[in-house]
Amino acid sequence: MSTETLEEKKLTKKDFVTPNDVRWCPGCGDYAILNSLQRCLPELGVPKENYVVVSGIGCSSRFPYYMNTYGFHTIHGRAPTIATGVKVANPELIVWMITGDGDGLSIGGNHLMHMLRRNVDVNILLFNNRVYGLTKGQYSPTSPVGTRTKTTPSGSIDNPINPILFALGAEATFIARTVDTNPKHMISVFKAAQEHKGVSFVEIFQNCVIFNNKTWEPVYGRQNRDDNLLILEADQPMVFGKEEKMGISLNGSTPEVVKLGDADPVEKNVLFHKPDQTGSLYTAMLAEMEYPNFPTPVGILRQVDKPTYDSQIHEQVVEAKASDAAKASLQDIVYGPSTWTI
Amino acid sequence: MDTQSTHAEEFQELESVVIRFAGDSGDGMQTIGERFTDSSAAFGNDLATFPDFPAEIRAPAGTIPGVSAFQIQIGSREILTPGDRPDALVAMNPAALAVHLSELEEGGILVLNSAAFSHENLRMAGYDSNPLEDESLIGKYELIQVDINHFTLESLSEIEMSNKDKLRCKNFFALGFMYWIYSRSLETTIEFIESKWGKKLPVLADANIKVLKAGYFFGETTETSRNRYMVAKAEVEAGKYRKISGNDALVLGLITGAEKAKRNLLYSGYPITPASSILEGLAAYKHFGVKALQAEDEIAAIGIALGASFAGNLGVTGTSGPGMCLKAEFIGLATATELPLVILNIQRGGPSTGLPTKTEQSDLLQAIYGRHSDAQIPVIAANSPSDCFETAIEAIRIALTYCTPIIFLSDLYLANGAEPWKVPSVDSYPQMDVPFAEEGKPYSTFSRNPENLSRTLAIPGQTGLEHRIGGLEKDESGNVSYDPSNHEDMTLIRSEKIKKVAESIPPTEIFGEKTGKVLAVGWGGTFGSITSCIRSMQAEGFSVSSIHLRHLNPLPNDLPKIFEGFEKILVPELNMGQLNVLLRSQFLVDTIPFNIVQGQPFKVKELTKKIHELLQD
Repeated sequence: MSTETLEEKKLTKKDFVTPNDVRWCPGCGDYAILNSLQRCLPELGVPKENYVVVSGIGCSSRFPYYMNTYGFHTIHGRAPTIATGVKVANPELIVWMITGDGDGLSIGGNHLMHMLRRNVDVNILLFNNRVYGLTKGQYSPTSPVGTRTKTTPSGSIDNPINPILFALGAEATFIARTVDTNPKHMISVFKAAQEHKGVSFVEIFQNCVIFNNKTWEPVYGRQNRDDNLLILEADQPMVFGKEEKMGISLNGSTPEVVKLGDADPVEKNVLFHKPDQTGSLYTAMLAEMEYPNFPTPVGILRQVDKPTYDSQIHEQVVEAKASDAAKASLQDIVYGPSTWTI
Repeated sequence: MDTQSTHAEEFQELESVVIRFAGDSGDGMQTIGERFTDSSAAFGNDLATFPDFPAEIRAPAGTIPGVSAFQIQIGSREILTPGDRPDALVAMNPAALAVHLSELEEGGILVLNSAAFSHENLRMAGYDSNPLEDESLIGKYELIQVDINHFTLESLSEIEMSNKDKLRCKNFFALGFMYWIYSRSLETTIEFIESKWGKKLPVLADANIKVLKAGYFFGETTETSRNRYMVAKAEVEAGKYRKISGNDALVLGLITGAEKAKRNLLYSGYPITPASSILEGLAAYKHFGVKALQAEDEIAAIGIALGASFAGNLGVTGTSGPGMCLKAEFIGLATATELPLVILNIQRGGPSTGLPTKTEQSDLLQAIYGRHSDAQIPVIAANSPSDCFETAIEAIRIALTYCTPIIFLSDLYLANGAEPWKVPSVDSYPQMDVPFAEEGKPYSTFSRNPENLSRTLAIPGQTGLEHRIGGLEKDESGNVSYDPSNHEDMTLIRSEKIKKVAESIPPTEIFGEKTGKVLAVGWGGTFGSITSCIRSMQAEGFSVSSIHLRHLNPLPNDLPKIFEGFEKILVPELNMGQLNVLLRSQFLVDTIPFNIVQGQPFKVKELTKKIHELLQD
């Protein structure tokens, strides 16, 4: 192919759009996420053919069909395994993995955990709408206790999983949260996720307009977001509030909301966000801060450096190929260490 | 014992002999079995081995479940099986005697470690009275009682080791003594001991060699009036040989096949008996570019392999029966997306955990039919340890040529069993270059090669060929399609493609005449037993032939024609009759099943008896 012309041509959002009709429900939060990723990728300087989008099963997992890249719509919960195989086979590729709260945290919880702890250099977007959409409205592992659905007519009784704590438990090296109503924020988080060397876990608060409409409204609705979202930025004070300036400070080892008024955050001992803390306590504290007791934090909660699984496998192979053992021919290894001649 | 002639006073020459070493699972029976194998191979015997160990790593010492055994048949003629019943049994404790005595040939050599026949050990083995003291063994066997513990400690009196550690060497005493009885040199074993422990643990190396020699000299000095035996070199084709087990051959076959196909090999597995040694084996070949990953579970293992195939590697995964159940959904996805993938099933006794360290061939129908929907994929099976090499290359050929997942069936008997192998020249295997789609040309995901109906892969990183695949039904261009007739067309063409594989396989080889009274039809690990049986019956003039199938789906096209030549068709299998069902349903042929499911390979005698029955009917 005339690769020169392609290289010269700067990629645009259009290059990442497929001609296929997008078949999500009108008003679904997925549209904004798709749009944001399509806007983000052209800016990252990676040739389009090096992108692979992998997904499991669920509404969110139709995503690859709408991205004009290499794509693989796999089976329920198992996207992390395919994504790991792709990345290990060819570490040059940039792999995005799309999953949901059911796909990633219920049927696929095991694979997600292992992908996170291995630090496979894959970018994970977990669409969390706290409901099963494609199977029409059953409760999910992130639904709050008491959620009434067709399978839980008296209200759900099982404690929901906190996706950020889950990722932290597996010591993911990049943990972030964003919201489907804020494309600018999504794009900045997606960019940082791709640029992070290692696994990137991004929880997206996403609205299911049919089966769980407005589930995040108290957190990110137009009227609520200034008071109930805490936008984290590295080395910046944790401040929020529309009318009244508020901040987060520590009382002993417990976070608390403090009123700032016109006071300087430093004076009021407001915490400054440090996403690069290697220990897990700090991120755990952020993960447990949730509406209504706290503003819910969004942004990059944690980002630390660790060697990646795929690069280490690759390095071990390169090292082995340079070793004395590599001087053996295929015929030599088939003969093995001990032969006799008749 | 197959006595040919009494050659000299000192040695009785045998055409073949079967020896079984049995003891506690901590007694090192596998180690000395392996050593006897190496020595016999180096000497030039043909041979076959069968390790038989318990599912528990260390069941309580002295108990029946803790007994571990290793059987070897050596011969100056062609040896295809480890033998039906041992001519000589070494039993290191009462439990080993209790488990294995019934199999020993009448008049066979029975070597017992008398030191282990304590009251407690006898009780654990279920003996009311001590067989060394009562009449039960007398006159039935060539009984040799040796206080192996005593002689082991005695021979190590000058070595600084605890008595407990010294006694760990006692297996080498038994080995040394058997070397004396069967007139074997100690050289190969001494070399082994020196290379294994000489540098790291010289004291242990020294101790093992001393004990080995003590066993040999014990024979020389105290058993001078005893018969000794000699199994002469086998007359085999000239060439360079090695000893090989099925899983080792499989590892080398996969590496060779990947090289021939110019694809990087990525193997992903999860530990399971008896497939773990494939993952372990491949992990040692990083210098050949092999990526071998231990996944978090069976599902992840196949998912990682399939992801690697999508990215242009050769993805391979391996497991045993229960793991196949977990992989089934992914095999469906690989079928729908038409990606090359090799899936190894090293069968064991089931269902469920079943007999994890015993052999069976009961996953054939699972391999062929065990998926949701109409999802045909090729299935092939290896027939001997060394044949795993050839069959692995064949699996790769089919997977890449037809862009399909394929199931490779082996079994525990082949995986762990070993035989001498005339190592082929790797240059004798043709290149299998299956190109990826060409950049710059329009790409349609499911447009097909009209010859074999295969699609062409385009892989991530190729410019301009971006496309999406997945589990949803697609049309030829690769778009999701719910169109009723498209689904039928795609279902048919996927199935037709698999049938095409049969056009690429060589004619079925018939062992014996093309017509006759009985044809035995086998597959997989029963090759040795069936072939031994058929050859000896043919030598006796009976009208029997056999075929052994490597390709099980699709079955060879020439089978109906072959079946026409025989009055009766016998299908011996270590299952309840699975190939039998296939043959009957596909060819409307009145096959006769012969099934044994005891976790052990067929005994040649059992088969021979069955065929005699058929001949007499």
